[in-house]
Amino acid sequence: MAGSGSVTGKAQRQVYGETLVELGKKNANLVVFDADVSGSTRSCVFAEAFPERFFNVGIAEMNMASMAAGISTTGYVPFINTFACFIVLRCADPIRSLIAYTGLNVKIVGTYSGLSDSFDGASHHSTMDINFMRAMPNMTILSPADGVEAALATEAAFYHKGPVYLRMHRNEIPQTSDYAKNAFEIGRGVVLREGKDVSIIATGFMVHRALAAADSLASAGISARVVNIHTIKPIDKELIIKCAAETKGIVTAEEHSITGGLGSAVAEVLAANKPAPVAFVGVENTFTETGDYESLLKKYGLTAENIVEKAKKLVQ
Amino acid sequence: MALKEDRKAYLRELCGKFRNTLIDILYKAQTGHPGGSLSATEIITTLYFEKMKIDPKNPGWEDRDRFILGKGHGAPMLYINLAERGYFPVSDLQNLRQFGSHLQGHPCAKDTPGVELSTGPLGLGLGAGAGMALGAKTAKKDFYTYVLMGDGEIQEGVIWEAAMAAGKFKLDNLIGILDYNGVQLDGTVADIMPLGDVKAKWEAFGWKTIEIDGHNVEAISDAVDTAKTMKGGPLIIIAKTVKGKGVSFMEGKNGWHGKAIGPEDYKTAKAELAGGK
Repeated sequence: MAGSGSVTGKAQRQVYGETLVELGKKNANLVVFDADVSGSTRSCVFAEAFPERFFNVGIAEMNMASMAAGISTTGYVPFINTFACFIVLRCADPIRSLIAYTGLNVKIVGTYSGLSDSFDGASHHSTMDINFMRAMPNMTILSPADGVEAALATEAAFYHKGPVYLRMHRNEIPQTSDYAKNAFEIGRGVVLREGKDVSIIATGFMVHRALAAADSLASAGISARVVNIHTIKPIDKELIIKCAAETKGIVTAEEHSITGGLGSAVAEVLAANKPAPVAFVGVENTFTETGDYESLLKKYGLTAENIVEKAKKLVQ
Repeated sequence: MALKEDRKAYLRELCGKFRNTLIDILYKAQTGHPGGSLSATEIITTLYFEKMKIDPKNPGWEDRDRFILGKGHGAPMLYINLAERGYFPVSDLQNLRQFGSHLQGHPCAKDTPGVELSTGPLGLGLGAGAGMALGAKTAKKDFYTYVLMGDGEIQEGVIWEAAMAAGKFKLDNLIGILDYNGVQLDGTVADIMPLGDVKAKWEAFGWKTIEIDGHNVEAISDAVDTAKTMKGGPLIIIAKTVKGKGVSFMEGKNGWHGKAIGPEDYKTAKAELAGGK
């Protein structure tokens, strides 16, 4: 399987839009909001299927989140959509004050996560959304690793009672898991590959890179365990503690700032339960820039090689 | 339908009683916001005791009318109305803002029966109210959503995002009320950030407007009746009020936005309110 596994042939965001339609067919209480970027978020697919349950609020994100809070109290389950960088920062107050505080059943979907909207530049990259959302009590954070998991996470978000942040990537990502074997369960991490020397704990887009890194490490004689943490909050503490107990160290990998994201969440679990060496792969304390996606991933340290390098240091 | 004399008298009596209770509980708590509670007394009381379709024994009734206190710092007057209407014991009011009480400093929908939306950070209530009204439209339900805003509150940009949306989605089941008392925390609204032609602003955003005396229970009742006859878009009742209404030394004073009441002021306020203002 690894980094060169099969593909769904569809970008995460497209899978997301199509899944909304499938859920919408079965559930008359699903409604969708967008802030004038439905063509990008792919909520337009739902808009076409269910125009009476789709509301475009224009370029007014804060009000979109407020309206969603309101409509959720009348029995509807709203999914709100825009770019990840906007849906968290622009909507931060209503997400905190209305949605998270009261535990309202609103699904907050940020697409173009990480650097995936590469050419639009740092203004449109999202490297602090997980950080913000982790600090919101009552929030569940889902970060699917590929197209199939995007569909599973969308479905899980709908049926979960309470606020959910769903982090959606712009592009197609190679499939990372055999989903017939690995059922998607909120809060439960998935061991994609067993290993005894080092554990790579990854989320979202970085999961397939982690698998590629494990291939490289294997050829260097290092046995790497690969874990997909699709639920960053609540995080799978048991699995993380187990990794710390059974391997010599942990490398975290995320397409997000290393401040406050998955790496921090893992380190918090370890510090409180099972101190272990940890290395972080993610964006350092810096703003990014415009460019093609692969060049950006390379410059900002988000490649399989970055994972390999840190893993080797840990086990040596 | 015009208010009968006995209903008018009853509502006025309630408002007098609630102002008394307000001063008592704020004095006891030594924290909280008197000014904006007093300016909104008639508005909130007329809604809860005359206009709204609610069932305090069944706060989650899905067809109930909704009230949102956008200006969340007016919480004490909302709590008094909810308690007197039977959502929770009146004795709970004595624990306003105290550790362990469900009566948080600003309304919390999770903790307090009857509170429809957690508010406090200004400007979010109107959008949430628009969302509730949109929910009613989508589900073809006939309940109304009322959103009470402060005049300082409408300085928030998100209010105008919500105002646009309410116009676009033709939310004639959304009734805005502006507690236009002309005073905010740091000074008068005219000094801090003038609102200009408030009526013209709302109309430009697709709203109908009615201007009334916000301390006249009959005018409030009539305005709500008129709002309900409007079709195709939202209406806002621009209610001219006096901040601190009923307590002479608080009236029109920004210093009483959120100040603790001392013993001498407490005596004076109680004496004035006993005089039946």
